[in-house]
Amino acid sequence: MPKYLILKHYRGGPTPHHPFPPMDQWAPQDVEAHFAFLRHVAELLEKNGEFVDAQALTPTQTWVRYGGPDAAPVTTDGPLPETSDLVAGWYLVDVDSYERAVEIAAYVSSEPGPGGEPLYEWMDVREVMSHTPADD
Amino acid sequence: MPDELAVPDEPTRPLDEGALRALVPRVLAALVRRGEDFDAAEDALQEALLDALRVWPANPPRDPRAWLATVATRRLVDVRRSEAARYRREEATRAQPHPSTTEEGDDTLFLLFCCCHPDLAPASQVALTLRAVGGLTTREIAAAFFVPEATMAQRISRAKRALAGRRLDRPGDLAVVLRVLYLVYTAGHAGRVDLAAEAIRLTRQLALATPEPEAHGLLALMLLNHARLPARLDDDGRIVTLDQQDRGRWDTREIAEGVRVLQSALAAGRPGRYQIQAAVAALHDDAPTAQETDWPQVLAWYDDLVALTDDPVRQDPAAVLGRAVAVGHVLGAAAGLRETDRLREVLGDRHRWHAVRAHLHELGGDPLAAAAAYAEAAHRATDVAERDHLVRRAARARAAGENSPFPGPVARG
Repeated sequence: MPKYLILKHYRGGPTPHHPFPPMDQWAPQDVEAHFAFLRHVAELLEKNGEFVDAQALTPTQTWVRYGGPDAAPVTTDGPLPETSDLVAGWYLVDVDSYERAVEIAAYVSSEPGPGGEPLYEWMDVREVMSHTPADD
Repeated sequence: MPDELAVPDEPTRPLDEGALRALVPRVLAALVRRGEDFDAAEDALQEALLDALRVWPANPPRDPRAWLATVATRRLVDVRRSEAARYRREEATRAQPHPSTTEEGDDTLFLLFCCCHPDLAPASQVALTLRAVGGLTTREIAAAFFVPEATMAQRISRAKRALAGRRLDRPGDLAVVLRVLYLVYTAGHAGRVDLAAEAIRLTRQLALATPEPEAHGLLALMLLNHARLPARLDDDGRIVTLDQQDRGRWDTREIAEGVRVLQSALAAGRPGRYQIQAAVAALHDDAPTAQETDWPQVLAWYDDLVALTDDPVRQDPAAVLGRAVAVGHVLGAAAGLRETDRLREVLGDRHRWHAVRAHLHELGGDPLAAAAAYAEAAHRATDVAERDHLVRRAARARAAGENSPFPGPVARG
């Protein structure tokens, strides 16, 4: 069974289908509905036997490179820190097919936002390379 | 195999893992005191422990401690043999443990000093303490910290190699031991192993071994905080803050024990940071409702806490931040906020600083400022449950501060 990483972004990706304000500006009941939906997604994936891992990342990003001999590492927060892609977290799922991974990603993207309307958030679906070469 | 195992038809009994693990420091200390190398003895005992977990449910030994000591000793002997060393082969025949003349408490203290050696990094001290004193398996410790078992095994063996050649026969630094135990406590209970309960168990053992008031203060602090655990999350896993908790769910037995331990510690007349923090926790536990909290007393204890260091803003900013909350409740929100201003340079990038300021803004009747501060705090949170909690607080404060529940035109779409 192939594994897919379904990435959520703080920013970046295609133009938002449906712009929405930051969550701390939603009505309290909409915030609750959103969190409840995400709990439901995690439970559903576990129940289906498709869940591998889910993690959230803080929004602080540091680019690091080797500084050269006897020099400290060089760090920066990126070329365009306000607009570059920023991953927010992921689901790692183990599924039957690419189609199923897309289906799950679309379902996550239907998460309720302000007024209970779907967020239509773009999700980034990536296949994880396996460690077992095919036998043919 | 030891003859204790030769009881074929004994019905299977549930294994008392707590009792089994309580034997670990006693057996290990006896091995090390007998002159065994700490690293090898600890490995051998860990293997004996895994054997016990497998074998004992069906075949409980008559003398569990002797069984562990015997099996661990045989492992040590096997290791030496496989290293082609014949020179101490006679050990095999004296595998029967001799009854220990030392007190149980001495064993615990001795091993805590070994595992919390100041030369080790905190993560290593914690892992080694949980294995060699707590009797947890490597797999359990790995699960508690959400790392692969092989990673934790490597961390433990590196820590033990670092101890090789260090003298382990002198008393260590009790302050380091207390810090390590508190680290274990705060590492929490999210994993399959309840580290908070484990820390309490270990600190209880330590308190039996030393009259040092700070050891008892730490035990009291853990008990008085742990008592509130059942009320800290609601049924959906959401954080419930102290002022909102259902106090009927607090563990009154644990509170009573914590207060008792704290009183006897304070009677020594040498208050330290753990005793003082425990006194604050006791005041919260003692209040029938949040509104009845004795904030002037809380503030008085925080005054003592910040007085322990020369430069509290730099050396103990968490104490200054806690004191700011108390100041807010006693002298008003504005006074509390002024206290937090002193910490901006040191803590301004931490979510807790913003969360405290948000709380003080709420206290002062300024929900919009509170909402902004909660949003800042959420942005900096490093724990999912805390982040979600802070987002909720931000949304609720904003809703309370605005006439319409929705701010901008984009919101409804």
